[in-house]
Amino acid sequence: MILNSISEKPVGVIGAGNFGTVIANILALNRRVLLYTRDEQTAARIKSENQNRGYALHSNVEPVHDLEQLARQCDVLFPMVPSLHFRAMMRQLSPYLQPYHILIHGTKGFDITLPPGQSLENVTRLTRQQVKTMSEVIQEESVVVRVGCLAGPNLAKELAQRQPGATVVASHFNEVIQIGKRMLRNDRFQVYENSDIVGVEIAGVLKNIIAIASGALSGLGYGENAKGLLISRGAVEMVYLGRALGGDLKAFLGVAGIGDLVTTCNSPMSRNFTVGYRLAKGETLSDILADMTEVAEGVNTVRIAKKCADHYKVRALITDRLYKVLFEGMTVEEALEFLMRYPLNVDIDFI
Amino acid sequence: MELLEEKKNKNRKYEPILEGIPEWPVYQLSKNRKEFIELVTRHSIKRIKELRPTRKQLIDELEATAYREQNRIKRNRWRVDPKDDSRFWSNIKNQLVDLSSKAPETAGPVEDVLLEKIVSRYANEIAGNFKPNSYRFTREVVKFWFQRLLNGARVKKFGAFFRNQYTLRDKIHVVGKVKMLRSLARKGTVVMVPTHFSNLDSILIGWVIHALGLPAFIYGAGLNLFNIKIFAYFMNSLGAYKVDRRKKNLPYLETLKMYSSLAIQKGAHSLFFPGGTRSRSGLIEKQLKLGLLSTAIEAQRNLYQETPAGEVRKIFVVPVTLNYNFVLEAPDLVEDYLQVKGQDKYFQEQDKYGSIELLRFLFKFFTKGSNISVSIGPGLDVMGNYLDDDGNSLDPQGRVIDTRGYFISNGSITDDKQREDEYTRMLSNRIVTEYHRINRVFASHLAAFIAFEMWQKKHPKLDLFSLLRLPEEDLELDYAEFRATFKRVRKKIYEMKDEGRMHYATHLKGKVDQVIKLGIENVGIFHLKRPLLKNKKGNIITKDLTVLYYYHNRLAGYDLEQYI
Repeated sequence: MILNSISEKPVGVIGAGNFGTVIANILALNRRVLLYTRDEQTAARIKSENQNRGYALHSNVEPVHDLEQLARQCDVLFPMVPSLHFRAMMRQLSPYLQPYHILIHGTKGFDITLPPGQSLENVTRLTRQQVKTMSEVIQEESVVVRVGCLAGPNLAKELAQRQPGATVVASHFNEVIQIGKRMLRNDRFQVYENSDIVGVEIAGVLKNIIAIASGALSGLGYGENAKGLLISRGAVEMVYLGRALGGDLKAFLGVAGIGDLVTTCNSPMSRNFTVGYRLAKGETLSDILADMTEVAEGVNTVRIAKKCADHYKVRALITDRLYKVLFEGMTVEEALEFLMRYPLNVDIDFI
Repeated sequence: MELLEEKKNKNRKYEPILEGIPEWPVYQLSKNRKEFIELVTRHSIKRIKELRPTRKQLIDELEATAYREQNRIKRNRWRVDPKDDSRFWSNIKNQLVDLSSKAPETAGPVEDVLLEKIVSRYANEIAGNFKPNSYRFTREVVKFWFQRLLNGARVKKFGAFFRNQYTLRDKIHVVGKVKMLRSLARKGTVVMVPTHFSNLDSILIGWVIHALGLPAFIYGAGLNLFNIKIFAYFMNSLGAYKVDRRKKNLPYLETLKMYSSLAIQKGAHSLFFPGGTRSRSGLIEKQLKLGLLSTAIEAQRNLYQETPAGEVRKIFVVPVTLNYNFVLEAPDLVEDYLQVKGQDKYFQEQDKYGSIELLRFLFKFFTKGSNISVSIGPGLDVMGNYLDDDGNSLDPQGRVIDTRGYFISNGSITDDKQREDEYTRMLSNRIVTEYHRINRVFASHLAAFIAFEMWQKKHPKLDLFSLLRLPEEDLELDYAEFRATFKRVRKKIYEMKDEGRMHYATHLKGKVDQVIKLGIENVGIFHLKRPLLKNKKGNIITKDLTVLYYYHNRLAGYDLEQYI
């Protein structure tokens, strides 16, 4: 009932990356969508070519480059920018936001705030004071409180081809979940609800760690048994870490947890997977990162998760070994050997 | 005591912000008491029917209510309970039994009558009864006698008893955002939410409100307080409404919330203890009761809804902490706490302290040292945003926010219970953060904290219960060691103050030996068994570790343990 008339106002998508563009197209099935990109030329180019990153634009999508206009015209916004730029984007957007705005983001990553002189490389421990999820950044930087996030096994390419898929819309506010659901859902895209937004966000980030490990196993030439082992133990580790960071168990068992984890561990095209694969082939991290145009989110995630695990005294073996491989020169074989010999063999002890 | 007096008081006298009592919202409310109770009854019935939409659900609810009430009468009777309690409820129960055999058409109207009877009874019981004359009388009596006691005890001259050199303001320090509170009370409706450690809080805060020149607030006071005659008199004259924590049934809770919500909407400044009950452990409240808190948010939304455009009277939430060296009930409170720790059990309200004990305590309090300080926190809007001096809500960057927007969905204000529940939770977290920030550390709190933590550290393998079972004679802290730790932690507290994470009383800044002396002398000063003492060797000992634990808890939750 509330939602009928919401379709009259356009919906905003912030960030015209792969995922942003595809989500804009999904939203555009039933309403007008404003797709924000930072600079005027890009907006003009998208408009004239009527496509972005190889995805044809739905006729309801209009590229824009003015945040003020975006905030004025839309009540509901979907920020889809990389975690590295998220806070800066929010600072620019914040002056135009009002308490009635609803933000549902689709960014998987942590935001790190460190005192001057410290960096992610040299800091030894991280706490939740320094590590924030995107929904927390939104609330810190703006007056918006009705925040949601969407997460799940959502490879942009498959979504664009209208292959069947699903996502989770998570928020403390039922209102936000219903709006997100109503806007995103179609006959090829199922939307699930979750009230534990922080858990869902954390699940979406932590799975990147396991994706690197999955690439590494593949690089060593191992098959499906090894992958099954990794995914199940990886999920357990995500639960441990996630709970320490303030998430609830359930989020990790759902679409945004196991669902996303399985997808990511099986998609050799992903950057995280590639990092692991090439490490296993004997390349060094700096060589691998040198040929990548974009940073693999998982590399930073390993750093952050390891330092959080140390602070909260969580046993996170896979993360810990990966950290040693990535930054301390351990080989993938050594790491694997350690894990296979580790004496603790309780399967599940958190339910 | 003289060595470390508080900074000579900025505690000047405040002029009343509203001229005469007839202008006070609380007076308006009590003048139209009957109409107001009817209004509350009507709205509560409507709300209850929304929550229990079918006949069947409503009957089940009423049956449950009658059952619980009869149980309460059997198990836990209080002096304040009305004489006809038992008769009333057995009557209701009988009528409910009769209902079950009737046809739905005839049962309907009877059911409505029963619901109205119950709700109206509750509304009458809850409603306060503010009487200007009695308010004035109480105020003067309290002021007169407190002054006599103070001066008689402290001015060492003949005829001191009738001097006016000291006033209550020298005994009770009000610090913090006083000016802001006064200005907010002129611009909107204030909902004051203090921490709750002692039964005395209710009276203390009443005095503070008067001393700051504010009109009387309506008060959510525990009905158990009305068992004590002297309290009952005070509370009634201060405009208290009664909160009975034994009654957990839906009609009662909804009526109570409606009373608070409507009173706030009518502009009556309100006060309730959001912790719900006195802190049993001595910890600053971490979890607040959301019921009454939600009424502030609901009232604000209703005000916006009633006035679609233009100025709306805003509701301001003001957190307050009360800082004591001594809590009369501490030994019993902490005993309760330890008994139920780990189990979510209901505390029986037992007040062993009757009028005489209270008077005796007050006498000691005024004649000996031990000051009290009241920290007034910054005003917040119902979403927990800070305010500027004009009562505008500010975002973290200092921009003005239109609070109305929080209730708007797709262009218009909507009534969304789940959303407001979430807002209430957010507000509650904000209040708790503010409590920790405005809390004022006394030397006695710090001494208790350090001594207890040092003992804990010396017995790392013992859990709390085993630690508390250690014989007190075996516990002794070397003074030099204690002093060094005290200095270290105090330094940390200075830093935390600079970061805006807590406050301390000015006396904490003195020479370390003197501060420690002051702390040890004052912690739990009037208890028979003192929580901290110095022995002949000059070392620190305790006569009651459990009570020490209680006072130590005041500083728990700041992560100071790591500096011990």
